[in-house]
Amino acid sequence: MNSLDPTALRRIKWRCRRGMLELDMMLQSFFEQRFENLDCQQQQMFTRLLDYPDQSLLEWLSGAPIDADKDVRDIVEQLRHFSSAGA
Amino acid sequence: MKLPHRRFDCLVIGAGGGGLRAALQLAQADLHVAVVTKVFPTRSHTVAAQGGMNAALGNVTPDNWHWHMYDTVKGSDYLGDQDAIEYMCRAASRQVIELEHYGVPFTRLEDGHIYQRAFGGQSQNFGGDQASRTCAAADRTGHAILHALYQQNIRAKTHFFDEYFAVDLIRNEEGAALGAVVIEIETGEVMVIEAKTTLLATGGAGRIFRTSTNAMINTGDGMAMALRAGIPLEDMEFVQFHPTGIAGKGMLISEGVRGEGGYLVNGDGERFMERYAPHAKDLASRDVVSRAIAIEVREGRGCGENKDHVLLKVDHLGPDVIKKRLPAIREMAIRFGGVDPIESPIPVYPTAHYTMGGIPTNRYGQVVAPVGHGAEEEVVGLYAAGECACVSVHGANRLGGNSLLDIVVFGRAAGNHIIAYLKENRYHRPLANESVDMAVARLSKWERRGDGESVSAMLAELQLTMEEYCGVFRSQEVLDEGVSKVLALGERLDEARLSDHSKVFNTAFMEALELENLIDVATATVVSAAARTESRGAHSRLDYPDRNDAEWMRHSLYCKTDHQLDYKPVRTKPLTVDTFPPKKRVY
Ligand SMILES: Cc1cc2nc3c(=O)[nH]c(=O)nc-3n(C[C@H](O)[C@H](O)[C@H](O)COP(=O)(O)OP(=O)(O)OC[C@H]3O[C@@H](n4cnc5c(N)ncnc54)[C@H](O)[C@@H]3O)c2cc1C
Repeated sequence: MNSLDPTALRRIKWRCRRGMLELDMMLQSFFEQRFENLDCQQQQMFTRLLDYPDQSLLEWLSGAPIDADKDVRDIVEQLRHFSSAGA
Repeated sequence: MKLPHRRFDCLVIGAGGGGLRAALQLAQADLHVAVVTKVFPTRSHTVAAQGGMNAALGNVTPDNWHWHMYDTVKGSDYLGDQDAIEYMCRAASRQVIELEHYGVPFTRLEDGHIYQRAFGGQSQNFGGDQASRTCAAADRTGHAILHALYQQNIRAKTHFFDEYFAVDLIRNEEGAALGAVVIEIETGEVMVIEAKTTLLATGGAGRIFRTSTNAMINTGDGMAMALRAGIPLEDMEFVQFHPTGIAGKGMLISEGVRGEGGYLVNGDGERFMERYAPHAKDLASRDVVSRAIAIEVREGRGCGENKDHVLLKVDHLGPDVIKKRLPAIREMAIRFGGVDPIESPIPVYPTAHYTMGGIPTNRYGQVVAPVGHGAEEEVVGLYAAGECACVSVHGANRLGGNSLLDIVVFGRAAGNHIIAYLKENRYHRPLANESVDMAVARLSKWERRGDGESVSAMLAELQLTMEEYCGVFRSQEVLDEGVSKVLALGERLDEARLSDHSKVFNTAFMEALELENLIDVATATVVSAAARTESRGAHSRLDYPDRNDAEWMRHSLYCKTDHQLDYKPVRTKPLTVDTFPPKKRVY
């Protein structure tokens, strides 16, 4: 189901490298294991999510309320669910 | 091959707190400044620093910079340079105020003054009662500092090269630094950035170990660039391990958990810290707790199937306390440790946290290297600041909250020195083409095709080797074996192949360059550790359990050529006050 070319995929992979180890682990493993199976719109959301500051991402992924629009909330929910399922 | 060129007054490599603070000083002086960073600036590792930054403001407990200096010298186990430490502690309060003016929202007391929390190793009156010296912007201090400095740099018109990977320094025959060879990750294009001065601010190298609190980007690139340019690295044997990282993963479980009443148990269910530190128990200093955990595991009293970790117990605190006071820690434990601390203890093991060693500099941020008979000759046009540098204010052991201070104080000092230097040195020196060619040749080695070793497998092997042979506990036999293993890995680099040879956004290539850097830095670390036959601060030897000031109160200098070691004396003379002579370090 992958609509992105290899360059775009590598770009997203590099942007999963963050300033915090916790985010490296959550984002990189989600990217490697789940990204390809997301639909086009969800893939875009994940890419957009990577533009948020590390501190916000860490707080959201640790369960804090997500002060962003619904699409971002949805992808964060997926990430949260993915990580607690054993990443 | 003609490479694209850009020219600036100043090149800053790294956009963490250290690089951004220096760049700001330069841009505000109307210099033409370039900052090169391999990730977007506000994703630099400084963002992970949640605890805070030390300054003797004296808002919560009486305090003064001289007490802070005493604590830092003692914490360093007397390996820190006392001139640089005095400079840093004196500058601290002003730096906090300055950061606040730049927009860092430091947490306040009710009376409006900046709040300060207590951290380990802080005392009043030269070793007396606990001091509260750490200023914090809630639990997002690093984030706040990084964002404020970035905004100020944008305003001051610093030119950012985001997602550019610095490959090697350019030096001419006289040794002057002329800039760097970099790769634009987006296009794979190699470019030369010429500059009258170059500052390295590339952060630490925690990723030489498998288990580390450091983000994946902390691969010691600037340190390895210095080594390849013929500059030694100082005191690389000193790596701070944080005692409670999630076993096998490395993320930090902060001291706060033990502060709330959590404690460590071994495989027999024994609360073993009582044996090692009868008084402070689980709240003893980082190096003491780390060593205790390592001994328990080593002597077969570890937990789990492989008996390779101990447990941090918090369930006795009850679900309400855990949910209320430790919610983020609970999340982390569930996510990465696979346990809910309300029900079961968290598996922990010491995790590599901070690189005390680095590129040798003086207190103006100038890189200094031995030339002829002098141990400290300045390298013309080259500066370093932040965790990649060794000033040395942390000596053999860094105190919590002193690193954020270090990066802003010496980032700023380097900026000021560069401004003065450029008044006297107004022109670019001619470019040294041979130096550029060498960097390009190193890059083109990775074009080789065919079967070979995988970069990721070699990386995993390096990290595991360092953990097993150069970890918390060290002895001659183990370290010597570590040296030969790491050297052998270095030799195998020629056999490594890229799985992907495309130009555009080739992350596999960047990872290969990082592996080369990690191997250089790991070699420096294990070689320096094998040579230091004493225990001091974070360097702890089973076979030499005591500190040996007569022989070893000196800094190590590792050179890449033939892996040679040299030494230089500790600067024990402060700027204005009396020397703190070495004493036994007890808490
Ligand atoms: C989990 C954690 C918590 C911490 N908490 C605290 C704390 O509470 N208080 C405290 O004082 N200290 C703390 N520290 C230590 C402190 O955060 C770091 O020492 C400090 O932030 C380092 O800053 P820096 O500017 O030197 O480097 P970094 O912030 O690491 O920045 C390095 C920069 O260099 C760039 N770079 C690296 N290599 C290259 C290359 N090849 N090409 C281009 N760019 C490159 C990166 O992109 C980045 O911009 C903590 C550390 C960790 C791991």
